[in-house]
Amino acid sequence: MAKINESLFTAEGFDKRMNAKKFWKVMMTEYWIPKDINFLWAMGVVLATTFAILIVSGIFLMMYYKPDTALAFDSVNYTIMQEVAYGWLFRHMHGVAASVVFLIIYIHMFTGIYYGSYKKGREMIWISGMLLFVTFSAAGFSGYMLPWGQMSYWAAAVITNLFAGGSLEAWGLVEWIRGGFAVGDATLTRFFMLHVFLLPIVIIGIIVLHFYTLRIPHVNNQESEDIDYDAEAEKYLAGNKKESKVIPFWPVFLSKDFAVLGIFLIFYFYLVFFNYNFAMDPVNFDPANAMVTPAHIYPEWYFLWSYETLRGPFFDMFGMKAMDIGLIIFGLAQVIFVIFPFLDKDPDILPAHKRPRFMIWFWIMIIDLLVLSVYGKLPPTGANAWVGFYATAAFLLLWISLPFITKADAKARGAL
Amino acid sequence: MSKETSRRDFLGYSFAAVAAVGGAASLVGMKQAWDPLPSVLAAGFTTIDLANIGLEPGKPQVHTWRGKPIFVLLKTDDMEKFDGDLVIGEKRYTVVIGLCTHLGCIPSWKKDMWKCACHGGEFNANGQETFGPPPKPFVIPPFSVNDTVLTLGEEGTESKAMMAARA
Repeated sequence: MAKINESLFTAEGFDKRMNAKKFWKVMMTEYWIPKDINFLWAMGVVLATTFAILIVSGIFLMMYYKPDTALAFDSVNYTIMQEVAYGWLFRHMHGVAASVVFLIIYIHMFTGIYYGSYKKGREMIWISGMLLFVTFSAAGFSGYMLPWGQMSYWAAAVITNLFAGGSLEAWGLVEWIRGGFAVGDATLTRFFMLHVFLLPIVIIGIIVLHFYTLRIPHVNNQESEDIDYDAEAEKYLAGNKKESKVIPFWPVFLSKDFAVLGIFLIFYFYLVFFNYNFAMDPVNFDPANAMVTPAHIYPEWYFLWSYETLRGPFFDMFGMKAMDIGLIIFGLAQVIFVIFPFLDKDPDILPAHKRPRFMIWFWIMIIDLLVLSVYGKLPPTGANAWVGFYATAAFLLLWISLPFITKADAKARGAL
Repeated sequence: MSKETSRRDFLGYSFAAVAAVGGAASLVGMKQAWDPLPSVLAAGFTTIDLANIGLEPGKPQVHTWRGKPIFVLLKTDDMEKFDGDLVIGEKRYTVVIGLCTHLGCIPSWKKDMWKCACHGGEFNANGQETFGPPPKPFVIPPFSVNDTVLTLGEEGTESKAMMAARA
């Protein structure tokens, strides 16, 4: 070890021990971002901030919440909402952030799909991002159980019951997950553990991985231009900032992010203070009752599209039970986005506006997901059941057609 | 291969084997920590005296067993006679676990059938699925019959026969 004579409490001494300046340079001032981007590139920082809000508000809720079926409902609806100073604020911040985080995740995801930011070197960014989507979904589901209202209970009952399908029943999987014959105290306490400890730790780990996956392939840009980062960075450092196609992450890129973040936070706090009800289902203000199913149950808005694929096939087909078909499509819907990079057969990275057939596919997919979401909330009777059925069929057809459509675009361009 | 290398290999393999056995044993232990507790398993018996609960024909009651609803229906004379009914004397009963076999919501009785609010499944008075996503009839709880008293949680010939009739 080199001898360090400077005191730890001087800037120089600290830097000699920690190499802080070099670290700051690598992570911040010489981490290069393309100039040709728009506000959609700020969603990562918006998500990181929303996650921080979730953690801070969650810490304050955890200090009064009781993970016990006899106490949970009152600890939320009486203690936190009425006694704890600003308890209502922390609960509404947590509930609204949990909802809004999915809105931003979807925007972030479809930005990636639109600009082709998931392929040819960027697969790991996409895969780690989809892992985050799955772990955030698990965190959303486990957290929804905690207030122990009717929706909490029945969402838990229905979703854990998915593990009683077919031969899974014989393995006793559903009783194992619940820790009992029905959703109960053991279930509540273990989901509390998952929600406040295991899942957040895993999410933080995957966020670090997600940031790292960006480092080598760099962020994509609006025209998917292949940038020589070394050459462009050299121009920037030499003072040709105008000519260079890149900017440093800090302070230039983040200053734009903070502007977008400011607008987002105005929207978010508007919801928290004036429109929090959308994240607070009235049915969930009735305490959990294992003997009464609410007249109509549905998940939060961000799970509606995949929930609708579960119930879309409502009659037996191809010698299979309606329920099994629904389960298979539902299972597929959870994981199919992960393999997006491998279903896209176009050899070039291009935004959707340069891939005419893919552009149509993209917008039909968005419309289909919106239709699934709307009908996922409506009672599954009469014409609604048929809309759900056809929207689910369209969802499957879109995925089957994706390799052919992307190939056709490449051929028309002469790339294949 | 030199003697030195093979000794290192041996150490490596031994380490991996011990770690694998320990890891697997830990997983088994962790799995068991999530199993239903003995007290939960032991509290699994409930008795219902069919003659003493004020059952009216055509109006099912809901009882509780292992945290699950049990539908008990005394059939009217107009209702179809079914091999899977519980027959005690002249009376025919439907006794089922009242959870939709699709995803476990509790269907409610509407005139002459059970309708599930969650995904629109329907079951007739025999407890057989007639519409929607439920893949099979209501499940029959294991019970034994002593005169008019049912002991839920204790497998008896009647409940076995009712299960067989629905298989």
